[in-house]
Amino acid sequence: MIKRARLRLSFLALVVLASVAGCSSADPTNLESIVDGDYPQNSLNPAGPQARQIDDLFWMVFWIAVAVFVLVMLAMLVAIVRYRHREGRDRPVKQVHGNTRLEIVWTIIPALILAFIAVPTIAAIFDLRSPPEPGDNALEIEVIGHQWWWEFRYPEYGFSTANEMHIPAGRPVFLSMTSVDVIHSFWVPQLNGKRDVVPGRISNLTIQADAPGVYLGQCAEFCGLAHADMRHRVFAHDEADFEAWALAQAQPALIPTEGPAAGGWDTFQLVCAACHAVDGTEATAQFAPNLTHFASRTSFGGATFDNTEEHLRQWLRNPSAMKPMDPDRNDLASGRILGMPDFGLTEEQIDGLIALLDSLK
Amino acid sequence: MATMNPVIEEAVAAPHGSGGLWSWVTTTDHKRIGVLYGVSAIMFFIVGGVEALLIRTQLALPNGDVLSADAYNQMFTMHATTMVFLVVMPAAAAFTNYFLPLLLGARDVAFPRLNALSYWVFFFGGLFLTISFFVGGAPDGGWFGYAPLSTQVGEVVRMDYWALGLQILGLASVLSSVNFITTVFTMRAPGMTLMRMPVFAWMAFVVSFLLLFSLPIVTVGLFQVFLDRNLGTLFFSAAGGGDPVLWQHLFWLFGHPEVYVLILPAMGIVSEVLPVFSRKPLFGRSFVIFSGIAIGFMGFGVWAHHMFTSGLGPVAEAAFALTTMFIAVPTGVKIFNWIATIWGGALRFKTPLLFSLGFIAMFVIGGLSGVTHSVVPADSQQHDTYYVVAHFHYVLFGGAIFGLFSGIYYWWPKITGKLLNERLGKVHFWLMLIGFNLTFAPMHILGLAGMPRRTYRYPKGLGFEFWNLIATVGSYVIALSIAVFLVNWWRTTRRGEAAGNDPWDGRTLEWTISSPPPHYNFDTVPLVHSEDPFWHEKYGEDEAGHAVPAVAASSGQPQAGLADEEIHMPSPSYYPALTAFGLFISLIGFVYVPVGLVAVAGGLLVTLWGLFGWSMEPLTRDGHE
Amino acid sequence: MSAVTHADPTEHAGHPPMPHVRKVAMWAFLGSECLFFGTLISTFLLYRNRTGDGPAAADLFDIPFTSISSFILLMSSLTMVLAHYASERKDARRMRIWLLATALLGMTFLAGQVFEFTEFVEHGLTVTTSPFGSSFFVLTSFHGGHVAIGVIMLLATAFMSFGGKLRSDGGMNVELVGLYWHFVDIIWIVIFTVVYLLQV
Repeated sequence: MIKRARLRLSFLALVVLASVAGCSSADPTNLESIVDGDYPQNSLNPAGPQARQIDDLFWMVFWIAVAVFVLVMLAMLVAIVRYRHREGRDRPVKQVHGNTRLEIVWTIIPALILAFIAVPTIAAIFDLRSPPEPGDNALEIEVIGHQWWWEFRYPEYGFSTANEMHIPAGRPVFLSMTSVDVIHSFWVPQLNGKRDVVPGRISNLTIQADAPGVYLGQCAEFCGLAHADMRHRVFAHDEADFEAWALAQAQPALIPTEGPAAGGWDTFQLVCAACHAVDGTEATAQFAPNLTHFASRTSFGGATFDNTEEHLRQWLRNPSAMKPMDPDRNDLASGRILGMPDFGLTEEQIDGLIALLDSLK
Repeated sequence: MATMNPVIEEAVAAPHGSGGLWSWVTTTDHKRIGVLYGVSAIMFFIVGGVEALLIRTQLALPNGDVLSADAYNQMFTMHATTMVFLVVMPAAAAFTNYFLPLLLGARDVAFPRLNALSYWVFFFGGLFLTISFFVGGAPDGGWFGYAPLSTQVGEVVRMDYWALGLQILGLASVLSSVNFITTVFTMRAPGMTLMRMPVFAWMAFVVSFLLLFSLPIVTVGLFQVFLDRNLGTLFFSAAGGGDPVLWQHLFWLFGHPEVYVLILPAMGIVSEVLPVFSRKPLFGRSFVIFSGIAIGFMGFGVWAHHMFTSGLGPVAEAAFALTTMFIAVPTGVKIFNWIATIWGGALRFKTPLLFSLGFIAMFVIGGLSGVTHSVVPADSQQHDTYYVVAHFHYVLFGGAIFGLFSGIYYWWPKITGKLLNERLGKVHFWLMLIGFNLTFAPMHILGLAGMPRRTYRYPKGLGFEFWNLIATVGSYVIALSIAVFLVNWWRTTRRGEAAGNDPWDGRTLEWTISSPPPHYNFDTVPLVHSEDPFWHEKYGEDEAGHAVPAVAASSGQPQAGLADEEIHMPSPSYYPALTAFGLFISLIGFVYVPVGLVAVAGGLLVTLWGLFGWSMEPLTRDGHE
Repeated sequence: MSAVTHADPTEHAGHPPMPHVRKVAMWAFLGSECLFFGTLISTFLLYRNRTGDGPAAADLFDIPFTSISSFILLMSSLTMVLAHYASERKDARRMRIWLLATALLGMTFLAGQVFEFTEFVEHGLTVTTSPFGSSFFVLTSFHGGHVAIGVIMLLATAFMSFGGKLRSDGGMNVELVGLYWHFVDIIWIVIFTVVYLLQV
């Protein structure tokens, strides 16, 4: 009977695999070109002091839990094996009702184990929640959650970017976060735990990368249709490179005055400027990502698509075909923005826009 | 149905018989209501299971396109809503309805028609939620409906179906709770002190209080969501000065006691099954009872552990970390007592025992991952990832569902008079155990590796592919195991082995009567002298403390001379179903306000008609009360 | 020693009389209602100062007026007690009079609420003005709804007592309605204190 079930099982697995194999679409991101390692969002691969503190605490508790599990299961298995009733061998069973001393022991011991876990837990809570000291030279970044992209503002430098955060390695970065619509959650597992981003409130999180590298994350609070496509990338640089990046980002855009990009700028002002800003021009709307240095980014669309011409072209043709959105319900007056509409752009307009975006380095 | 005394049977002359749709619509018999709940729960289990399979199929491969994001969001919302409110709760209600009176030695619950109302309100609530699929889409904001996402798009009615559906289901539960609490307080057989009540009855009792006190809190919250969506109130609107996090508090003040509502009945079942199949009493019975009570109380003090990343502040986070850790203590007490129960016993590995043992193993895993959640900094990594999905499926599926299946196989013979096939039962158990662990164990890894919840797809390159595929395969194995159960049900109904009164050599009062029980349950109300009253009637103890058969005393044979006894059982009534139907119409009206106000008014009129007729109708038609 | 003997076949063994059973149920239900109103009041307490662009409590509340309507509701509890007392003594006529008096006082209270609400609306506080407005109106409206249901139950009880339709344990029905009515009154005392008196 069990053998037949096993056969059915393997057959089923094959059927499932075969039928499911055809049911996935092309990958819009090539993460291997961005990060090393197989698990770039792995919380158990800490890359900074906060994440490491959490990791240490977790493993301690984990091993205690494993020990408890092994002991309890051992007791159960011994009982199962030792006290099974064998046919024809009736054994008298002692009708034991209880043992108060045992009750006390197995109430106190778990309580003690928990108290042991509680102490470092509470210490870590307070530690991780305290903001950086002035002497730590923390960088301040404002994080604003939108449906379905991240806005990052750098008050020290005076610019705003989207979905890709650059930070200096080796010093803390203090995030002040809020949302303009629903609750999101900012999470870069290798750098710290997550923190919800709530409209009407400011929440804080300190992250720090020990070394330069790329650290991936994504929104971790269900926020609607494209929650799965609301990602972010954190690029840590050594101090000099970071400074160079930041100063470049603070520069206004230089709009080409001839060629296809110039035509693209005409289209932009007509169609895009209602929501997108380009610093140094009259496009100042902040409903959608700031595009001043779009070409310097590795991804777009909530860090979900690699920033390639092909992807851009697909996006401009029909954004909702790439990323699930509901722009028909956009209501700019009330601040409800559920994605980028399909503007019915011609191929020529798209060519122009792509040339323009390519120039916004 | 066989009873010992044909005169009694004739005197009672049940007007509802054993079949006919109308007899089911009008029944006030707690046993039939229990069957209604049970069948409904199994049907919704299949619905929720299909939703799960769709989710898993979508996630089997990266960038899946089996489901659109919109369909996916509806799937996970409805999968959770279905499993929590339309499967586990009604399944527990099925057992409580059927067996609470029997375990207490009573003929019915305190308010039989109110009991029927609870079922029909539940039924129409389930129907109401199901309708949403066909009228523009099911709720898609998560079963927890966080504001302001749940209040954001007022013109789409999906989340109105959600808010109102939960309200009506909550009403059914509150009415049941009042009924069961009253039943326990006032209808125990003579001699059955509270401490002699079976543990399942105790757990049902605690659960009733949990529901009674937690549901009103979310009721207010759901009204507030509904009003924000439809009237423009500003409860959760940040722009208007409201606080979205308030919703989280109100929801979880209900939501956490709710998870104890989901697990305690299953724990009660395990506490009944283990002693029977070990042939010794529950070890530390009063400790098991008191730990259930403790869990009930403490369950109201841990809610914000669902909100550790919301910005509670370190003091609140530390406080809730502590309360969450310490609720593990009474839980551990139960587990240790269960193991001590089987220790030294004579274990007969029938299917009910297998599922109860599976419960213990799976629940320990789920409980331990819960302890890791209480470590707030670790939780800031785990929260909203598949690690949490693993945790709660271990406690709710590995725990509650396994426990409920233990109850199904244990009590099936009493309800139907037939024993479910043992071999198929074992196949079901092993397939389900393997499939369950294949599905959910990898999710611990996925969560720690950085896969968030409620995501309709994931890209290549994050390392999620392998374990997602394994989990999907596991989910199909679970589906197979359920198919085995359904085959068992079918075959047993057609030609199952007759069970007799007491197939398991049971300990409690339900095994003293026929299978299925007569309409009036007991020929005469039993007089109780101890816990496990039936066991102590069958067995005494020798000097070494071993069980020995008791001197053959009266073992179920009613004395002659009881023939003239008249037993007044509540008559059937259609008013509960009618009242529930009126509420259903009103509810649909509320979804479509302001146009729907007509339906609201109409529905309320029907409800009032039902209530009025009910109040004028005597409980028992021959005039006795 | 046998544990289960089939003793005297009285079907009510261990089963107390119905009036007691209904009282247990009413108490359980009222326990639930405590949490319901507690949540509404907590929401109000959270939002009492979030007045947005609209008026605040101090701008609107007319404490003398509300004190009078509170007093009326309190008096209705007195008449309720008198109704119960009359029913215990099987004085159906007096019972009906006091039941109707209670209902009348309840309706007067409700009329006062309606008047107060229309005043607030005219002065710029509606349910959509601010979180204060939302929570105030939702809390007091739910309470008012409970009073209205109580009035209906009072009238129904009085009506059903005509022609002896009220069962011989008619005292019990009045007692149940009384429990509910007193509860609603106590909730109002809490609301009056927390919402009205402590704001101004």
